[in-house]
Amino acid sequence: MNTQPISPDPLPQPASAVGTSNAKAKAEIIPHPRPPSAARLSEMAGPVPPISRLLAALPDRLRSAAATVLPTVVTLVALLVVWQVICGPEGSSLPSPLKIWTESHDLIVHPFKGVSLDFSGLHIAEGGDVGIAGHIIASLKRVAMGYGLAAIAGIALGILIGQSVIAYRALDPLFQVLRTIPPLAWLPISLAIFQQAAPSTVFLIFITAIWPVILNTAAGVQAMPPTYRNVARVLALSPTTYFFRIMLPATVPYMFTGLRISVGMSWLAIVAAEMVQGGTGIGFFIWDSYNSSLLTDTIVALVWIGMVGFTLDRLVAWIGRRIAHQA
Amino acid sequence: MKHRAYLALEGITVSFPTRRGTFVAVKDIDLSIEKGQFVALIGHSGCGKSTLLNAIAGLVKPARGVVFLDGDVVDAPGPDRAMIFQDHSLLPWMTVEENVRLAVDQTTPGKSKAERRDWVLHNLELVQMAHAAGKRPGELSGGMKQRVGIARAIAMNPRVLLMDEPFGALDALTRASLQDAVMAIQAQLNSTVVMITHDVDEAVLLADRVVMMTNGPEAGIGEDMAIDLPRPRNRIEAADMPAYNHARHEVLHFLHQRFSNPVDRAA
Repeated sequence: MNTQPISPDPLPQPASAVGTSNAKAKAEIIPHPRPPSAARLSEMAGPVPPISRLLAALPDRLRSAAATVLPTVVTLVALLVVWQVICGPEGSSLPSPLKIWTESHDLIVHPFKGVSLDFSGLHIAEGGDVGIAGHIIASLKRVAMGYGLAAIAGIALGILIGQSVIAYRALDPLFQVLRTIPPLAWLPISLAIFQQAAPSTVFLIFITAIWPVILNTAAGVQAMPPTYRNVARVLALSPTTYFFRIMLPATVPYMFTGLRISVGMSWLAIVAAEMVQGGTGIGFFIWDSYNSSLLTDTIVALVWIGMVGFTLDRLVAWIGRRIAHQA
Repeated sequence: MKHRAYLALEGITVSFPTRRGTFVAVKDIDLSIEKGQFVALIGHSGCGKSTLLNAIAGLVKPARGVVFLDGDVVDAPGPDRAMIFQDHSLLPWMTVEENVRLAVDQTTPGKSKAERRDWVLHNLELVQMAHAAGKRPGELSGGMKQRVGIARAIAMNPRVLLMDEPFGALDALTRASLQDAVMAIQAQLNSTVVMITHDVDEAVLLADRVVMMTNGPEAGIGEDMAIDLPRPRNRIEAADMPAYNHARHEVLHFLHQRFSNPVDRAA
Protein backbone atom coordinates (compact mmCIF):
# COMPACT_ATOMS: atom_id res chain seq x y z
CA MET A 1 0.00 0.00 0.00
CA ASN A 2 1.34 3.32 -1.06
CA THR A 3 0.17 5.93 1.38
CA GLN A 4 2.73 8.55 0.48
CA PRO A 5 1.44 11.49 -1.56
CA ILE A 6 2.65 11.48 -5.13
CA SER A 7 4.98 14.42 -5.55
CA PRO A 8 4.38 16.72 -8.52
CA ASP A 9 6.50 16.27 -11.57
CA PRO A 10 9.82 18.06 -11.47
CA LEU A 11 9.56 21.19 -13.58
CA PRO A 12 10.74 20.79 -17.15
CA GLN A 13 14.18 22.26 -17.50
CA PRO A 14 14.17 25.68 -19.10
CA ALA A 15 15.93 25.70 -22.49
CA SER A 16 18.86 27.76 -21.21
CA ALA A 17 19.69 25.15 -18.60
CA VAL A 18 20.29 22.59 -21.30
CA GLY A 19 23.33 24.70 -21.93
CA THR A 20 24.97 24.36 -25.33
CA SER A 21 24.59 26.61 -28.36
CA ASN A 22 22.28 24.22 -30.17
CA ALA A 23 20.03 23.99 -27.09
CA LYS A 24 16.98 24.89 -29.18
CA ALA A 25 17.41 21.97 -31.51
CA LYS A 26 18.08 19.59 -28.65
CA ALA A 27 15.30 20.80 -26.33
CA GLU A 28 12.96 17.96 -25.80
CA ILE A 29 9.25 18.44 -25.49
CA ILE A 30 8.20 16.95 -22.21
CA PRO A 31 4.60 15.82 -22.29
CA HIS A 32 2.60 17.13 -19.36
CA PRO A 33 1.72 15.29 -17.22
CA ARG A 34 4.61 12.88 -17.59
CA PRO A 35 3.30 9.30 -17.65
CA PRO A 36 4.22 7.61 -14.39
CA SER A 37 6.69 4.84 -14.83
CA ALA A 38 7.10 1.90 -12.48
CA ALA A 39 10.60 3.03 -11.55
CA ARG A 40 9.45 6.51 -10.59
CA LEU A 41 6.54 5.21 -8.56
CA SER A 42 8.69 2.92 -6.47
CA GLU A 43 11.22 5.68 -6.04
CA MET A 44 8.49 7.96 -4.65
CA ALA A 45 6.91 5.39 -2.40
CA GLY A 46 9.75 5.26 0.08
CA PRO A 47 10.21 2.49 2.64
CA VAL A 48 7.16 0.22 2.95
CA PRO A 49 5.86 -0.23 6.52
CA PRO A 50 5.84 -3.93 7.52
CA ILE A 51 2.06 -4.20 8.05
CA SER A 52 1.46 -2.82 4.58
CA ARG A 53 3.84 -5.39 3.12
CA LEU A 54 1.88 -8.11 4.84
CA LEU A 55 -1.39 -6.76 3.47
CA ALA A 56 0.06 -6.35 0.00
CA ALA A 57 0.26 -10.12 -0.32
CA LEU A 58 -3.56 -10.41 -0.14
CA PRO A 59 -5.94 -9.95 -3.08
CA ASP A 60 -7.38 -6.44 -3.42
CA ARG A 61 -10.85 -6.96 -1.96
CA LEU A 62 -9.66 -8.97 0.97
CA ARG A 63 -6.99 -6.39 1.59
CA SER A 64 -9.43 -3.49 1.78
CA ALA A 65 -11.73 -5.50 4.04
CA ALA A 66 -8.82 -6.37 6.30
CA ALA A 67 -7.69 -2.75 6.38
CA THR A 68 -11.16 -1.74 7.61
CA VAL A 69 -11.60 -4.47 10.19
CA LEU A 70 -8.06 -4.83 11.45
CA PRO A 71 -7.89 -1.67 13.60
CA THR A 72 -11.13 -2.67 15.37
CA VAL A 73 -9.90 -6.19 16.02
CA VAL A 74 -6.56 -4.95 17.31
CA THR A 75 -8.24 -2.50 19.69
CA LEU A 76 -10.59 -5.18 20.92
CA VAL A 77 -7.80 -7.66 21.59
CA ALA A 78 -5.73 -4.99 23.33
CA LEU A 79 -8.65 -4.07 25.59
CA LEU A 80 -9.25 -7.70 26.51
CA VAL A 81 -5.58 -8.17 27.33
CA VAL A 82 -5.49 -5.07 29.53
CA TRP A 83 -8.69 -6.18 31.24
CA GLN A 84 -7.25 -9.63 31.83
CA VAL A 85 -4.04 -8.22 33.25
CA ILE A 86 -5.82 -5.83 35.61
CA CYS A 87 -8.63 -8.15 36.77
CA GLY A 88 -6.78 -11.46 36.43
CA PRO A 89 -5.38 -11.72 40.01
CA GLU A 90 -7.48 -13.48 42.70
CA GLY A 91 -9.75 -11.20 44.70
CA SER A 92 -10.46 -8.72 41.92
CA SER A 93 -13.94 -7.26 42.25
CA LEU A 94 -14.55 -7.40 38.49
CA PRO A 95 -14.26 -10.80 36.76
CA SER A 96 -11.61 -11.08 34.08
CA PRO A 97 -12.41 -12.18 30.49
CA LEU A 98 -11.04 -15.71 31.11
CA LYS A 99 -13.11 -16.06 34.27
CA ILE A 100 -16.21 -14.95 32.36
CA TRP A 101 -15.49 -17.58 29.72
CA THR A 102 -15.22 -20.41 32.27
CA GLU A 103 -18.02 -19.37 34.64
CA SER A 104 -20.60 -18.36 32.05
CA HIS A 105 -19.59 -20.99 29.53
CA ASP A 106 -23.07 -22.47 29.19
CA LEU A 107 -24.66 -19.08 28.77
CA ILE A 108 -22.22 -18.10 26.06
CA VAL A 109 -22.33 -21.28 23.99
CA HIS A 110 -26.05 -22.08 24.37
CA PRO A 111 -27.82 -18.80 23.70
CA PHE A 112 -30.84 -20.52 22.14
CA LYS A 113 -31.67 -22.74 25.08
CA GLY A 114 -35.44 -22.93 25.54
CA VAL A 115 -36.12 -21.28 22.20
CA SER A 116 -37.79 -23.33 19.49
CA LEU A 117 -39.00 -22.52 16.05
CA ASP A 118 -41.81 -24.37 14.27
CA PHE A 119 -44.72 -23.69 11.89
CA SER A 120 -46.65 -21.72 14.45
CA GLY A 121 -43.75 -19.39 15.13
CA LEU A 122 -41.14 -18.78 17.74
CA HIS A 123 -41.60 -20.34 21.18
CA ILE A 124 -39.83 -19.42 24.37
CA ALA A 125 -39.98 -21.88 27.25
CA GLU A 126 -41.97 -20.76 30.29
CA GLY A 127 -40.37 -20.25 33.65
CA GLY A 128 -37.43 -18.08 32.81
CA ASP A 129 -34.87 -20.86 32.37
CA VAL A 130 -33.98 -19.89 28.82
CA GLY A 131 -30.81 -18.94 26.97
CA ILE A 132 -29.85 -15.35 26.51
CA ALA A 133 -31.32 -15.22 22.98
CA GLY A 134 -34.68 -16.12 24.50
CA HIS A 135 -34.53 -13.06 26.72
CA ILE A 136 -33.38 -10.89 23.84
CA ILE A 137 -36.28 -12.11 21.70
CA ALA A 138 -38.78 -11.38 24.47
CA SER A 139 -37.38 -7.86 24.76
CA LEU A 140 -37.33 -7.34 20.99
CA LYS A 141 -41.02 -8.25 20.79
CA ARG A 142 -41.86 -5.52 23.28
CA VAL A 143 -39.63 -3.05 21.49
CA ALA A 144 -41.22 -3.93 18.15
CA MET A 145 -44.68 -3.10 19.50
CA GLY A 146 -43.76 0.08 21.33
CA TYR A 147 -41.43 1.31 18.62
CA GLY A 148 -43.86 0.44 15.83
CA LEU A 149 -46.63 2.44 17.49
CA ALA A 150 -44.23 5.30 18.17
CA ALA A 151 -43.12 5.34 14.53
CA ILE A 152 -46.67 5.50 13.19
CA ALA A 153 -47.92 8.07 15.70
CA GLY A 154 -44.67 10.03 15.56
CA ILE A 155 -44.68 10.39 11.77
CA ALA A 156 -48.34 11.42 11.78
CA LEU A 157 -47.85 14.00 14.52
CA GLY A 158 -44.59 15.22 12.96
CA ILE A 159 -46.30 15.85 9.63
CA LEU A 160 -49.14 17.60 11.42
CA ILE A 161 -46.94 20.05 13.30
CA GLY A 162 -44.61 20.44 10.33
CA GLN A 163 -47.48 21.41 8.04
CA SER A 164 -49.62 23.57 10.25
CA VAL A 165 -48.28 26.60 12.05
CA ILE A 166 -51.17 26.51 14.50
CA ALA A 167 -50.59 22.86 15.37
CA TYR A 168 -46.89 23.62 15.75
CA ARG A 169 -47.54 26.45 18.20
CA ALA A 170 -50.07 24.37 20.08
CA LEU A 171 -48.07 21.18 20.43
CA ASP A 172 -44.37 21.88 20.06
CA PRO A 173 -43.82 23.42 23.54
CA LEU A 174 -45.63 20.47 25.07
CA PHE A 175 -43.46 17.99 23.17
CA GLN A 176 -40.30 19.86 24.09
CA VAL A 177 -41.14 19.49 27.78
CA LEU A 178 -42.36 15.92 27.62
CA ARG A 179 -39.37 14.63 25.69
CA THR A 180 -36.99 15.49 28.52
CA ILE A 181 -38.73 13.15 30.98
CA PRO A 182 -36.60 10.05 31.51
CA PRO A 183 -38.23 6.73 30.54
CA LEU A 184 -38.30 5.31 34.06
CA ALA A 185 -40.11 8.37 35.39
CA TRP A 186 -43.08 7.32 33.26
CA LEU A 187 -43.25 3.89 34.86
CA PRO A 188 -45.47 4.73 37.88
CA ILE A 189 -47.92 6.59 35.63
CA SER A 190 -47.83 3.82 33.10
CA LEU A 191 -48.53 1.14 35.73
CA ALA A 192 -51.32 3.25 37.17
CA ILE A 193 -52.95 3.63 33.78
CA PHE A 194 -52.65 0.06 32.53
CA GLN A 195 -52.65 -1.88 35.83
CA GLN A 196 -50.59 -4.58 34.09
CA ALA A 197 -46.94 -5.10 33.39
CA ALA A 198 -47.04 -6.00 29.68
CA PRO A 199 -48.90 -2.96 28.30
CA SER A 200 -47.01 -0.63 30.64
CA THR A 201 -43.70 -1.77 29.20
CA VAL A 202 -44.93 -1.20 25.67
CA PHE A 203 -46.21 2.22 26.67
CA LEU A 204 -42.85 3.03 28.19
CA ILE A 205 -41.07 2.19 24.94
CA PHE A 206 -43.65 4.16 23.01
CA ILE A 207 -43.35 7.29 25.13
CA THR A 208 -39.56 7.15 25.02
CA ALA A 209 -39.26 6.56 21.29
CA ILE A 210 -41.88 8.91 19.93
CA TRP A 211 -40.21 12.31 20.46
CA PRO A 212 -37.27 12.08 18.06
CA VAL A 213 -39.64 10.80 15.34
CA ILE A 214 -42.06 13.69 15.83
CA LEU A 215 -39.44 16.38 15.98
CA ASN A 216 -37.33 15.13 13.08
CA THR A 217 -40.32 14.52 10.83
CA ALA A 218 -41.59 18.02 11.59
CA ALA A 219 -38.16 19.47 10.84
CA GLY A 220 -38.12 17.54 7.55
CA VAL A 221 -41.48 18.93 6.48
CA GLN A 222 -40.41 22.44 7.43
CA ALA A 223 -37.08 22.10 5.64
CA MET A 224 -38.70 21.11 2.37
CA PRO A 225 -37.55 23.55 -0.33
CA PRO A 226 -40.38 25.98 -1.09
CA THR A 227 -39.92 25.36 -4.80
CA TYR A 228 -41.24 21.82 -4.40
CA ARG A 229 -44.42 23.33 -3.07
CA ASN A 230 -44.51 25.72 -6.01
CA VAL A 231 -44.01 22.83 -8.44
CA ALA A 232 -46.96 21.08 -6.82
CA ARG A 233 -49.06 24.22 -7.06
CA VAL A 234 -48.20 24.88 -10.69
CA LEU A 235 -48.94 21.26 -11.55
CA ALA A 236 -52.15 21.54 -9.50
CA LEU A 237 -51.42 18.24 -7.77
CA SER A 238 -54.18 16.81 -5.63
CA PRO A 239 -53.51 16.74 -1.86
CA THR A 240 -52.98 12.96 -1.95
CA THR A 241 -50.56 13.08 -4.87
CA TYR A 242 -48.74 15.94 -3.20
CA PHE A 243 -48.51 14.03 0.03
CA PHE A 244 -47.29 10.72 -1.38
CA ARG A 245 -45.16 11.90 -4.29
CA ILE A 246 -43.61 15.07 -2.93
CA MET A 247 -43.89 15.62 0.80
CA LEU A 248 -43.29 12.09 1.99
CA PRO A 249 -40.21 11.43 -0.18
CA ALA A 250 -38.80 14.87 0.65
CA THR A 251 -39.16 14.14 4.35
CA VAL A 252 -37.92 10.54 4.38
CA PRO A 253 -34.28 11.30 5.22
CA TYR A 254 -35.27 13.38 8.24
CA MET A 255 -37.85 10.83 9.27
CA PHE A 256 -35.25 8.11 9.33
CA THR A 257 -32.86 10.23 11.34
CA GLY A 258 -35.60 10.36 13.96
CA LEU A 259 -36.43 6.68 13.64
CA ARG A 260 -32.77 5.79 14.07
CA ILE A 261 -32.38 7.84 17.24
CA SER A 262 -35.64 6.35 18.47
CA VAL A 263 -34.66 2.75 18.00
CA GLY A 264 -31.61 3.32 20.17
CA MET A 265 -33.67 5.04 22.82
CA SER A 266 -36.32 2.34 22.91
CA TRP A 267 -33.59 -0.26 23.40
CA LEU A 268 -32.30 1.81 26.32
CA ALA A 269 -35.78 2.03 27.76
CA ILE A 270 -36.62 -1.66 27.48
CA VAL A 271 -33.66 -2.68 29.58
CA ALA A 272 -34.55 -0.16 32.27
CA ALA A 273 -38.22 -1.11 32.22
CA GLU A 274 -37.64 -4.84 32.48
CA MET A 275 -35.26 -4.42 35.36
CA VAL A 276 -38.14 -3.10 37.38
CA GLN A 277 -40.72 -5.41 35.98
CA GLY A 278 -39.41 -8.96 36.05
CA GLY A 279 -40.44 -12.13 34.23
CA THR A 280 -38.59 -12.39 30.94
CA GLY A 281 -36.46 -10.08 28.88
CA ILE A 282 -32.85 -9.04 28.84
CA GLY A 283 -33.37 -6.30 31.42
CA PHE A 284 -34.86 -8.79 33.80
CA PHE A 285 -31.99 -11.16 33.10
CA ILE A 286 -29.43 -8.56 34.11
CA TRP A 287 -31.23 -7.74 37.33
CA ASP A 288 -31.72 -11.39 38.07
CA SER A 289 -28.08 -12.34 37.48
CA TYR A 290 -26.92 -9.41 39.60
CA ASN A 291 -29.19 -10.52 42.47
CA SER A 292 -27.83 -14.04 42.14
CA SER A 293 -24.26 -12.67 42.27
CA LEU A 294 -23.58 -14.00 38.76
CA LEU A 295 -21.62 -10.99 37.61
CA THR A 296 -20.09 -12.89 34.70
CA ASP A 297 -23.58 -13.53 33.31
CA THR A 298 -24.35 -9.83 33.58
CA ILE A 299 -21.28 -9.00 31.51
CA VAL A 300 -22.29 -11.50 28.82
CA ALA A 301 -25.73 -9.89 28.75
CA LEU A 302 -24.16 -6.44 28.35
CA VAL A 303 -22.25 -7.61 25.31
CA TRP A 304 -25.45 -8.98 23.80
CA ILE A 305 -27.36 -5.79 24.48
CA GLY A 306 -24.68 -3.76 22.80
CA MET A 307 -24.58 -6.01 19.76
CA VAL A 308 -28.35 -6.04 19.38
CA GLY A 309 -28.58 -2.27 19.82
CA PHE A 310 -25.91 -1.79 17.19
CA THR A 311 -27.71 -4.16 14.81
CA LEU A 312 -31.03 -2.37 15.29
CA ASP A 313 -29.40 0.97 14.55
CA ARG A 314 -27.78 -0.33 11.39
CA LEU A 315 -30.98 -2.05 10.31
CA VAL A 316 -33.02 1.14 10.53
CA ALA A 317 -30.29 3.11 8.77
CA TRP A 318 -30.20 0.50 6.01
CA ILE A 319 -33.98 0.55 5.55
CA GLY A 320 -33.84 4.34 5.44
CA ARG A 321 -31.23 4.25 2.71
CA ARG A 322 -33.18 1.70 0.69
CA ILE A 323 -36.36 3.75 0.90
CA ALA A 324 -34.63 7.03 0.14
CA HIS A 325 -33.18 5.50 -3.01
CA GLN A 326 -36.46 4.10 -4.18
CA ALA A 327 -38.92 6.77 -3.19
CA MET B 1 -65.66 45.94 -26.17
CA LYS B 2 -62.00 46.75 -26.41
CA HIS B 3 -59.56 44.20 -27.64
CA ARG B 4 -57.77 42.41 -24.86
CA ALA B 5 -54.41 40.79 -25.57
CA TYR B 6 -53.81 37.04 -25.20
CA LEU B 7 -52.04 37.62 -21.90
CA ALA B 8 -53.13 40.88 -20.32
CA LEU B 9 -52.04 42.36 -17.00
CA GLU B 10 -54.32 45.18 -15.99
CA GLY B 11 -53.36 47.47 -13.14
CA ILE B 12 -51.46 44.83 -11.21
CA THR B 13 -50.32 45.88 -7.75
CA VAL B 14 -48.73 43.30 -5.47
CA SER B 15 -47.97 44.02 -1.85
CA PHE B 16 -46.71 41.96 1.07
CA PRO B 17 -47.35 42.54 4.74
CA THR B 18 -44.13 43.13 6.68
CA ARG B 19 -43.37 44.07 10.24
CA ARG B 20 -43.02 47.70 9.24
CA GLY B 21 -46.28 47.79 7.34
CA THR B 22 -47.23 46.97 3.80
CA PHE B 23 -44.49 46.60 1.24
CA VAL B 24 -45.65 47.38 -2.27
CA ALA B 25 -43.46 45.37 -4.63
CA VAL B 26 -44.97 46.33 -7.97
CA LYS B 27 -47.58 48.99 -8.66
CA ASP B 28 -50.15 49.55 -11.39
CA ILE B 29 -48.58 47.37 -14.03
CA ASP B 30 -50.27 47.15 -17.40
CA LEU B 31 -48.81 44.74 -19.89
CA SER B 32 -50.28 43.18 -23.00
CA ILE B 33 -48.64 40.19 -24.61
CA GLU B 34 -49.84 38.67 -27.85
CA LYS B 35 -49.94 34.99 -28.59
CA GLY B 36 -46.60 33.61 -29.71
CA GLN B 37 -44.67 36.58 -28.37
CA PHE B 38 -41.45 36.15 -26.43
CA VAL B 39 -41.15 38.80 -23.73
CA ALA B 40 -38.13 39.33 -21.52
CA LEU B 41 -38.53 41.11 -18.19
CA ILE B 42 -35.31 42.75 -17.09
CA GLY B 43 -34.42 44.84 -14.09
CA HIS B 44 -32.20 44.96 -11.03
CA SER B 45 -32.50 42.47 -8.18
CA GLY B 46 -35.47 43.23 -5.97
CA CYS B 47 -37.36 45.17 -8.62
CA GLY B 48 -40.32 42.85 -8.44
CA LYS B 49 -39.77 40.86 -11.63
CA SER B 50 -40.32 37.55 -9.88
CA THR B 51 -43.33 38.94 -8.07
CA LEU B 52 -44.86 39.91 -11.37
CA LEU B 53 -44.13 36.49 -12.85
CA ASN B 54 -45.61 34.80 -9.79
CA ALA B 55 -48.73 36.90 -10.21
CA ILE B 56 -49.08 35.62 -13.78
CA ALA B 57 -48.50 32.09 -12.49
CA GLY B 58 -51.13 32.61 -9.81
CA LEU B 59 -48.64 31.85 -7.06
CA VAL B 60 -49.20 35.28 -5.50
CA LYS B 61 -52.47 37.14 -5.48
CA PRO B 62 -52.31 40.76 -6.58
CA ALA B 63 -53.71 43.29 -4.15
CA ARG B 64 -55.26 45.11 -7.09
CA GLY B 65 -55.64 44.38 -10.75
CA VAL B 66 -56.39 41.34 -12.87
CA VAL B 67 -54.40 38.98 -15.04
CA PHE B 68 -56.28 37.70 -18.08
CA LEU B 69 -55.04 34.73 -20.06
CA ASP B 70 -56.94 34.11 -23.28
CA GLY B 71 -59.94 35.85 -21.76
CA ASP B 72 -59.90 33.87 -18.50
CA VAL B 73 -59.14 35.50 -15.17
CA VAL B 74 -56.07 34.02 -13.47
CA ASP B 75 -56.74 33.44 -9.78
CA ALA B 76 -54.84 30.26 -8.93
CA PRO B 77 -51.77 28.41 -10.15
CA GLY B 78 -52.36 25.89 -12.87
CA PRO B 79 -50.54 23.79 -15.43
CA ASP B 80 -51.69 26.05 -18.29
CA ARG B 81 -49.04 28.49 -17.03
CA ALA B 82 -46.01 26.25 -16.83
CA MET B 83 -43.11 27.60 -14.86
CA ILE B 84 -39.42 26.97 -15.36
CA PHE B 85 -37.63 27.69 -12.11
CA GLN B 86 -34.10 29.00 -11.75
CA ASP B 87 -33.12 26.05 -9.57
CA HIS B 88 -34.87 23.65 -12.02
CA SER B 89 -36.88 22.19 -9.09
CA LEU B 90 -36.73 18.64 -10.34
CA LEU B 91 -37.69 16.13 -7.69
CA PRO B 92 -34.47 14.29 -6.84
CA TRP B 93 -36.15 10.99 -5.92
CA MET B 94 -37.73 10.63 -9.35
CA THR B 95 -36.02 9.79 -12.61
CA VAL B 96 -36.00 12.31 -15.43
CA GLU B 97 -38.84 10.43 -17.07
CA GLU B 98 -40.88 10.32 -13.86
CA ASN B 99 -40.38 14.03 -13.29
CA VAL B 100 -41.80 14.85 -16.70
CA ARG B 101 -44.40 12.13 -16.31
CA LEU B 102 -45.76 13.75 -13.14
CA ALA B 103 -46.53 16.88 -15.15
CA VAL B 104 -47.92 14.90 -18.08
CA ASP B 105 -50.24 12.89 -15.84
CA GLN B 106 -51.71 16.14 -14.56
CA THR B 107 -52.37 17.59 -17.99
CA THR B 108 -53.46 14.71 -20.20
CA PRO B 109 -56.61 13.22 -18.71
CA GLY B 110 -58.10 10.41 -20.74
CA LYS B 111 -54.88 9.47 -22.50
CA SER B 112 -53.60 5.92 -22.32
CA LYS B 113 -50.41 5.02 -20.50
CA ALA B 114 -48.59 4.35 -23.75
CA GLU B 115 -49.64 7.70 -25.19
CA ARG B 116 -48.44 9.50 -22.08
CA ARG B 117 -45.13 7.71 -22.20
CA ASP B 118 -44.66 8.63 -25.84
CA TRP B 119 -45.48 12.23 -25.08
CA VAL B 120 -42.93 12.30 -22.24
CA LEU B 121 -40.23 10.88 -24.49
CA HIS B 122 -41.18 13.21 -27.33
CA ASN B 123 -40.67 16.21 -25.07
CA LEU B 124 -37.42 14.86 -23.73
CA GLU B 125 -36.26 14.50 -27.33
CA LEU B 126 -37.12 18.14 -27.99
CA VAL B 127 -34.57 19.15 -25.35
CA GLN B 128 -32.18 16.34 -26.39
CA MET B 129 -32.50 14.55 -23.08
CA ALA B 130 -34.21 11.32 -24.14
CA HIS B 131 -30.94 9.46 -23.51
CA ALA B 132 -31.13 10.33 -19.80
CA ALA B 133 -34.76 9.29 -19.25
CA GLY B 134 -33.83 6.70 -16.64
CA LYS B 135 -31.38 8.86 -14.72
CA ARG B 136 -32.01 10.81 -11.56
CA PRO B 137 -31.42 14.57 -11.44
CA GLY B 138 -28.44 14.05 -9.15
CA GLU B 139 -26.62 12.30 -11.98
CA LEU B 140 -27.04 15.22 -14.39
CA SER B 141 -25.13 18.46 -14.91
CA GLY B 142 -26.80 21.80 -14.22
CA GLY B 143 -27.49 22.42 -17.89
CA MET B 144 -29.00 18.98 -18.38
CA LYS B 145 -31.24 19.44 -15.34
CA GLN B 146 -32.54 22.69 -16.74
CA ARG B 147 -33.20 20.98 -20.09
CA VAL B 148 -35.37 18.51 -18.22
CA GLY B 149 -37.04 21.43 -16.43
CA ILE B 150 -37.87 22.87 -19.86
CA ALA B 151 -39.16 19.50 -21.07
CA ARG B 152 -41.40 19.23 -18.02
CA ALA B 153 -42.83 22.68 -18.71
CA ILE B 154 -43.49 22.25 -22.43
CA ALA B 155 -44.89 18.76 -21.89
CA MET B 156 -47.78 20.41 -20.05
CA ASN B 157 -48.83 22.11 -23.31
CA PRO B 158 -49.09 25.41 -21.47
CA ARG B 159 -50.87 28.44 -22.82
CA VAL B 160 -47.96 30.53 -21.61
CA LEU B 161 -44.46 29.52 -20.57
CA LEU B 162 -43.04 31.38 -17.58
CA MET B 163 -39.30 31.33 -16.99
CA ASP B 164 -37.81 32.68 -13.78
CA GLU B 165 -34.16 33.37 -14.60
CA PRO B 166 -33.93 29.94 -16.19
CA PHE B 167 -30.22 30.09 -16.97
CA GLY B 168 -29.04 32.23 -14.06
CA ALA B 169 -27.25 29.39 -12.34
CA LEU B 170 -25.41 28.12 -15.42
CA ASP B 171 -21.99 28.92 -16.81
CA ALA B 172 -21.80 31.10 -19.91
CA LEU B 173 -21.18 28.31 -22.43
CA THR B 174 -23.94 26.06 -21.11
CA ARG B 175 -26.22 29.06 -20.97
CA ALA B 176 -25.63 29.79 -24.65
CA SER B 177 -26.50 26.27 -25.71
CA LEU B 178 -29.68 26.33 -23.62
CA GLN B 179 -30.64 29.69 -25.08
CA ASP B 180 -30.29 28.18 -28.54
CA ALA B 181 -32.42 25.23 -27.46
CA VAL B 182 -35.14 27.54 -26.13
CA MET B 183 -35.11 29.60 -29.34
CA ALA B 184 -35.47 26.45 -31.43
CA ILE B 185 -38.31 25.11 -29.31
CA GLN B 186 -40.13 28.41 -29.24
CA ALA B 187 -39.89 28.67 -33.02
CA GLN B 188 -41.22 25.14 -33.39
CA LEU B 189 -44.10 25.40 -30.90
CA ASN B 190 -44.83 29.12 -31.30
CA SER B 191 -45.08 29.36 -27.50
CA THR B 192 -45.95 32.51 -25.67
CA VAL B 193 -43.08 33.12 -23.28
CA VAL B 194 -42.45 35.48 -20.39
CA MET B 195 -38.86 35.23 -19.19
CA ILE B 196 -37.13 36.99 -16.34
CA THR B 197 -33.46 37.66 -16.86
CA HIS B 198 -30.55 39.70 -15.59
CA ASP B 199 -28.59 39.21 -18.76
CA VAL B 200 -28.85 41.96 -21.37
CA ASP B 201 -27.56 39.80 -24.23
CA GLU B 202 -29.95 37.03 -23.35
CA ALA B 203 -32.89 39.41 -23.31
CA VAL B 204 -32.05 41.00 -26.65
CA LEU B 205 -31.14 37.76 -28.41
CA LEU B 206 -34.17 35.75 -27.30
CA ALA B 207 -37.01 38.20 -26.96
CA ASP B 208 -39.38 39.98 -29.30
CA ARG B 209 -39.87 42.57 -26.59
CA VAL B 210 -37.73 43.63 -23.68
CA VAL B 211 -39.74 45.05 -20.80
CA MET B 212 -37.47 47.05 -18.48
CA MET B 213 -38.57 47.54 -14.93
CA THR B 214 -37.82 50.45 -12.63
CA ASN B 215 -36.39 49.80 -9.18
CA GLY B 216 -38.67 48.82 -6.32
CA PRO B 217 -40.48 49.35 -4.10
CA GLU B 218 -43.53 50.24 -6.15
CA ALA B 219 -41.70 49.16 -9.26
CA GLY B 220 -43.26 49.76 -12.61
CA ILE B 221 -42.46 49.37 -16.29
CA GLY B 222 -39.86 51.91 -17.32
CA GLU B 223 -39.48 51.01 -20.96
CA ASP B 224 -41.02 48.50 -23.33
CA MET B 225 -38.84 47.98 -26.36
CA ALA B 226 -39.51 45.86 -29.43
CA ILE B 227 -36.51 43.96 -30.80
CA ASP B 228 -36.69 43.97 -34.58
CA LEU B 229 -34.35 41.20 -35.49
CA PRO B 230 -35.18 38.55 -38.05
CA ARG B 231 -35.74 34.97 -36.87
CA PRO B 232 -34.21 32.45 -36.68
CA ARG B 233 -31.56 34.38 -34.81
CA ASN B 234 -27.97 33.40 -34.54
CA ARG B 235 -25.82 34.80 -31.79
CA ILE B 236 -22.78 35.25 -34.02
CA GLU B 237 -24.62 37.00 -36.83
CA ALA B 238 -26.64 39.07 -34.40
CA ALA B 239 -23.52 40.50 -32.87
CA ASP B 240 -22.79 42.25 -36.17
CA MET B 241 -26.27 43.67 -36.66
CA PRO B 242 -26.79 47.36 -35.90
CA ALA B 243 -30.31 46.66 -34.62
CA TYR B 244 -28.96 44.16 -32.10
CA ASN B 245 -26.28 46.48 -30.85
CA HIS B 246 -28.67 49.38 -30.70
CA ALA B 247 -31.14 47.40 -28.61
CA ARG B 248 -28.38 46.17 -26.37
CA HIS B 249 -27.16 49.70 -25.86
CA GLU B 250 -30.64 50.90 -25.01
CA VAL B 251 -31.09 48.25 -22.32
CA LEU B 252 -27.65 48.90 -20.85
CA HIS B 253 -28.35 52.59 -20.78
CA PHE B 254 -31.64 51.98 -18.99
CA LEU B 255 -30.16 49.63 -16.41
CA HIS B 256 -26.94 51.43 -15.67
CA GLN B 257 -27.73 55.08 -16.19
CA ARG B 258 -31.41 55.85 -15.92
CA PHE B 259 -32.15 53.24 -13.26
CA SER B 260 -28.85 52.10 -11.87
CA ASN B 261 -28.62 49.52 -9.13
CA PRO B 262 -30.17 50.95 -5.95
CA VAL B 263 -27.40 49.45 -3.81
CA ASP B 264 -24.67 51.15 -5.85
CA ARG B 265 -26.45 54.46 -5.70
CA ALA B 266 -26.80 54.30 -1.95
CA ALA B 267 -23.10 53.60 -1.53
